[in-house]
Amino acid sequence: MFTMGIDIGSSSSKVVILEDGVNIIAGEVIQIGTGSTGPKRVLDEALSKVGLKLEDMAKIIATGYGRSSVEEAHKQISEISCQAKGVFFLVPSAKLIIDIGGQDVKAIRLDSKGGVKQFFMNDKCAAGTGRFLDVMSRVLEVNLDEMAEYDARATEPATVSSTCTVFAESEVISQLSNGVAKENIIAGVHQSVASKACGLAYRCGVEEDIVMCGGVAKDLGVVRAISKELKKPVIVAPNPQITAALGAAIFAFEEVRGANI
Amino acid sequence: MTDTTNMSAKELLGFYQEELYEEARRAKKEGKLVCWSASVAPSEFCVAMDVAMIYPETHAAGIGARKGALDVLEVADEKGYNLDTCSYARVNLGYMELLKQEALTGKTPEKLEKSPAARIPLPDFVITCNNICNTLLKWYENLAVELNIPCIIIDVPFNHTMPIPQYAKDYIAEQFKEAITQLEEICGRKFDYDKFLKVQEQTQRSVAQWNRIASLSGHKPSPLNGFDLFNYMALIVCARSKDYAEITFKKFADELEENLNKGIFAFKGNEQKRVTWEGIAVWPHLGHTFKGLKNLGDIMTGSAYPGLWNLSYTPGDMSSMAESYTRIYINTCLDNKVKVLSDVISGGKCDGVIYHQNRSCKLMSFLNVETADMLQKENHLPYVSFDGDQTDPRNFSPAQFDTRIQALDEMMKQNKEGVSNE
Repeated sequence: MFTMGIDIGSSSSKVVILEDGVNIIAGEVIQIGTGSTGPKRVLDEALSKVGLKLEDMAKIIATGYGRSSVEEAHKQISEISCQAKGVFFLVPSAKLIIDIGGQDVKAIRLDSKGGVKQFFMNDKCAAGTGRFLDVMSRVLEVNLDEMAEYDARATEPATVSSTCTVFAESEVISQLSNGVAKENIIAGVHQSVASKACGLAYRCGVEEDIVMCGGVAKDLGVVRAISKELKKPVIVAPNPQITAALGAAIFAFEEVRGANI
Repeated sequence: MTDTTNMSAKELLGFYQEELYEEARRAKKEGKLVCWSASVAPSEFCVAMDVAMIYPETHAAGIGARKGALDVLEVADEKGYNLDTCSYARVNLGYMELLKQEALTGKTPEKLEKSPAARIPLPDFVITCNNICNTLLKWYENLAVELNIPCIIIDVPFNHTMPIPQYAKDYIAEQFKEAITQLEEICGRKFDYDKFLKVQEQTQRSVAQWNRIASLSGHKPSPLNGFDLFNYMALIVCARSKDYAEITFKKFADELEENLNKGIFAFKGNEQKRVTWEGIAVWPHLGHTFKGLKNLGDIMTGSAYPGLWNLSYTPGDMSSMAESYTRIYINTCLDNKVKVLSDVISGGKCDGVIYHQNRSCKLMSFLNVETADMLQKENHLPYVSFDGDQTDPRNFSPAQFDTRIQALDEMMKQNKEGVSNE
């Protein structure tokens, strides 16, 4: 039996196709999100990769910011529950999830069965999200996937204290013009992101294992900064961008099998 | 005179709301006094002196609910009021500015002409009370200065400890006496203490019927949706010292009890989960918030906000009246706030709590983090908070609200089904 989870975020679209609730046979990501061609393209890509059709899916569940616009889905479940489900499937020892996506930062505390015990997320401010890193990457002229390498070479992380993304951008520009090394600025940017996420994590209660997911988890500089702030190891979920879609696919499987969340 | 005998509670609510505005407009035309009043300032004094009353907070909520807030908010912005200021204040100060322009020029400004809310007359004086927030002091002082009219301030200090000490009640009772003296000067006649006692008695009858409605949400399934209380609240604010409120609330409580006996409940279909809503409604998005919960199978059966007007006291006893106007839960310490909310949550048999982080109401919002934490340790119920605003539609994001309440719904479901054991 095949089930599908579709996670439409603000800046990326993800699809997971699951076979019999255990085998991930497709996990596709396209780096554009809701309102774009991303959702349709990622769906087509995932299906064509495994040679299946939509009709082959026993159930499809959508999640993420754009979940209600996915016509193919039979049901919508919040990304909080889906992240918990997906991460717990991959890392059954997980107690705390830190999920940083395009416009959200979430800390999710799990109970011993992988259910959501508590969660906190950013409200109206996008500081500390993927968008924040996008802005910094542009002004620093360093690609997002190179930022972790720069961070690793930092000797004295700069301070990026402004909460507001726009003001933080000005702060970074000012440091660049004062000749501060990009490596140190990037380490400072990563610390800034970490401090926002850790603030939410502290409210949840920090307990190991701590698992990070979402697109920003691919930036190991952020992962290191969070680990340093929490003084605990942080596990990066395998393929961290698809964990919510995976959770949605698992929910779909469970629902078909008669189990509900 | 309109015969109200056969009106439903909903019809009575609409009728009396309009009647109150019409009375104020008529009073103005006839040269009688009109007062603008804070929502939990004692209404008894002015009603005893036959002063027509307007309640700007209710009026602002009405403008917000009818999607007319942005126009008047812009007027307040142009006057220099900061976006961080309470949006009830900004809506009202913007609206007052439009009324003032009309009075000065004889021309009705376009924004006033097309405002969806009931037209209200400018006040001859204002009365305010800081038992629900301190913004009300500066807001009403500004109204008084802008319009060059008297401002009666009743100072009701915050209760940092409970129970309320006698000296605090004595102080507030003295404030009441001072307000009466000011009112006598404004009205140009002696205060009518006999009528005052009758008004106090009427207020108690209104409050009793209000509490009767609120208690019905304890039934499971509930005949009452808490969002109805948000609507009927207009009369506990604006007409508690008149029989309008008593008549309407009695009718509504009777209807709800009849429904309960017939097995008709507020949630059409199967009421699945029950939530407490802490904070003021998001008036410009009332439909979205209501439907969002409804679509998930959730009903609101707990809210401490309507309890602000549980103003029970002994008529004729100023100290008792003082106590009722100061014990309002947002005028008390964190421990008491938690206790009040705890009773609301258990009384409503709720499965989770939604906290409105209201950018307008600092007093109700800033303690929410600690309140939520303390309550969860006690009742182990899931909760979420969302960013919003009572009247400024720009401070609310529907998608962010939806994600949070959906996640809350899933957590409540998980708890109810015993999937989680913690």
